[in-house]
Amino acid sequence: MSTLAVHDHAGTHHDEHGHEHHHDQSFLSKYVFSMDHKMIAKQFLITGITMAVIAMILSILFRIQLAYPDKTFPLLTTLLGRFAPNGRISPDFYLALVTIHGTIMVFFVLTAGLSGTFANLLIPLQVGARDMASPFMNMLSYWFFFLASVIMLSSFFVQKGPASGGWTIYPPLSALPKAMPGSGEGMTLWLISMVLFVASSLMGGINYVSTVLNMRTKGMDLWKMPLTIWALFLTAILGILAFPVLVAGVVLLIFDRSVGTSFYLSDIVLNGVQQPFEGGSPILFQHLFWFLGHPEVYIVIMPAMGISSEIMSVNSRKPIFGYHAMVYSLIGITVLSFIVWGHHMFVTGMNPFLGGVFMITTLIIAVPSAVKTFNWLATLWRGNIRFTPAMLFAIGMVSFFISGGLTGIFLGNAALDINLHDTYFVVAHFHLVMGSAAIFGMLAGVYHWFPKMFGRMMDEKLGYLHFWLTFICAYLVFFPMHFMGLDGVPRRYYAFTEFASMQKWLTINTFVTWAAIIAALTQFGFLYNFFVSIFKGRKATQNPWESNTLEWTTPVEHLHGNWPGEIPTVYRWPYDYSKPGAEEDYIPQTVPYSQTMSSNVPHDFEDNPAGLEELNKFTSTLKANEQVK
Amino acid sequence: MARMEQDNDRLNLGAKKFNMWIFIFTSFMLFAAFTSGFIVYAGGSGHGLNVIMPQSFLYSTIVIVLSSGTLFLASRAAKALQFDKQKLYLWITLGLGLAFFALQIYACYVLTYKMQIYFVDPNASRSFVYVFVGAHLVHIFAALLLLINTLIGTYRNIPQVRNMFKMELTSIFWHFLDIIWIYLYVFLLLNHN
Repeated sequence: MSTLAVHDHAGTHHDEHGHEHHHDQSFLSKYVFSMDHKMIAKQFLITGITMAVIAMILSILFRIQLAYPDKTFPLLTTLLGRFAPNGRISPDFYLALVTIHGTIMVFFVLTAGLSGTFANLLIPLQVGARDMASPFMNMLSYWFFFLASVIMLSSFFVQKGPASGGWTIYPPLSALPKAMPGSGEGMTLWLISMVLFVASSLMGGINYVSTVLNMRTKGMDLWKMPLTIWALFLTAILGILAFPVLVAGVVLLIFDRSVGTSFYLSDIVLNGVQQPFEGGSPILFQHLFWFLGHPEVYIVIMPAMGISSEIMSVNSRKPIFGYHAMVYSLIGITVLSFIVWGHHMFVTGMNPFLGGVFMITTLIIAVPSAVKTFNWLATLWRGNIRFTPAMLFAIGMVSFFISGGLTGIFLGNAALDINLHDTYFVVAHFHLVMGSAAIFGMLAGVYHWFPKMFGRMMDEKLGYLHFWLTFICAYLVFFPMHFMGLDGVPRRYYAFTEFASMQKWLTINTFVTWAAIIAALTQFGFLYNFFVSIFKGRKATQNPWESNTLEWTTPVEHLHGNWPGEIPTVYRWPYDYSKPGAEEDYIPQTVPYSQTMSSNVPHDFEDNPAGLEELNKFTSTLKANEQVK
Repeated sequence: MARMEQDNDRLNLGAKKFNMWIFIFTSFMLFAAFTSGFIVYAGGSGHGLNVIMPQSFLYSTIVIVLSSGTLFLASRAAKALQFDKQKLYLWITLGLGLAFFALQIYACYVLTYKMQIYFVDPNASRSFVYVFVGAHLVHIFAALLLLINTLIGTYRNIPQVRNMFKMELTSIFWHFLDIIWIYLYVFLLLNHN
């Protein structure tokens, strides 16, 4: 009846979770319903990549329409049937393509694919834990995500096509099933899929936070955690606080759609018939949506920031510049992200005073963002840089974050936004700052941790080709859109030939489409590299990048529980690269200071007077010896 | 002792309990979103609630506060290894929880059939009352399942650490739902006109 009752069976046969690492697993429990965080990470990654490819193909389809609004492509009719009659994508399907492209990219690729993969892979490995706080919940998280993906894609197979009111699903288009073809079953499926997705995200996020706070190995205090963990931890907190608000908004939307309440609906006339809705406020939905929606863009970018910080430090062979500033700026972004949502609603008739408040809070985000950017640049400065593909993608991430972030200052301005809102300027802004930047962070992570995930290396040459073509094409695609936006070209329009003022941009659209097609084709090179390397890549060594963090102390062969013996103890921060006096240019976190006397500095012993005394003794002996010589 | 530590890195009940605390944050955010939605809606459209809350809401509040008390006593009994007492108080808590559930449903019945305050109403402030109650009852339903699970555990003679773990999970969740209901009830009282 005491605590000992449980501990008597000592680690071998414990409860419902078979944690022991020496039993045979069936195919089903190893690859499908796995509760091992490393396998779940791979499941998230491969599902995320699949969704990304699908969303990319969707974008190529609508880009073809934008480049050649007057041409017919009989192949499209063959492929898409009623969605593309007479060789042209129908206007309704065009809107559906845009909507589902946005939804999949934001939620399924850059939220679940990015956080799901790297939080699952790195949190236990880098903080030194056997697995997540609740492996079972972790498994559920993946399978809810998988189900959500299937349901989202299944909306392509219903009569009227997928949801098409934009990824923000504003009512009334989303609330009235008869408003447009995409408001029907497609919208219903969208809502079901998102409810499952949020459940998945929350289960994942709860686990991530709990694991980071409760299951760090000995010596791993918060200030010894790698920046990846800080970023993924704060991302999970954002998700935990923001996603329930989306659920609240969606629940009310479902009632409006299916039961007939008037939360968001008022004064609606549909096909000449006055509808019974009264008193609802569509703006209420926007508040609830963007209270999630804005933190969501940081949910997307912060893991990319953490991953890039880590990779840039490793490959510059230098400590990250301003580790504490990096952490505080992440915390700053986390806090600020909750008080800026109004900048998505400047032109909804919001009180200009309130707009001013949101403008100020928005512009303040430039401060932590700039702190991070300068720190990345300072990390590169005079580093002994190794240009691995992962490093290139991390640098690319910084480039996109700068060029996309600068336009954020324009858009965050309530007065300028009157001109710029809903134009291609916005499209250019967010595709650079959260689209390209986040996907580059994700790709950097894939290249960097591929050896940890699959025990093999990816091909470097293909990696370089992948980087340069993608990097150049991404700029070619999104940069011209700034000028279209400044000229007042609105987003989501189907055919530029219909408006005299927009016709002159048709040539640019053709150019952008071809750049997009090249970028898309390049990704197949990446896919080839990724899948072939899983089976045929060069075998990886235990620590191929000569990195300090804990994940590289685990054996190459995966085992459930990560470390065969005891979990290693951590003695130092993760960024002791090129420390003067050290034998090599990296000192793993598991090396105690007592083994590195020649490279210790007084700063290492700020909260350890005994250690400082030892160091002083050592240096004075050293000096005395020098004098003798 | 060394063995216990090694165990802890394979099965960490503390981390699992922490999951419940985080879940409470998510749940809190849900209710915060609903109530702020109400404030935005009522403030923007000029639609007040204009409903005197039915008496059963008050009774249900008393019942759930009592149930929190009995659950606390059950926890104390479990800690003191008085398992019969623990079972007894858990049964009382379960009974009070069911009574709360029933009273809330009855309150909705009174609202709809006696007071003609409908869920589908052009004035969505009134729909919000049902949303609050409904969302809370969904949580209560989950909490009752958790309570039953804990109760079953006491009959299965599971190890005391497990028993305490289940008791703590249930307590965190149940007391939280108690507080959330009080919050919602006070919120409705303050905004009733």
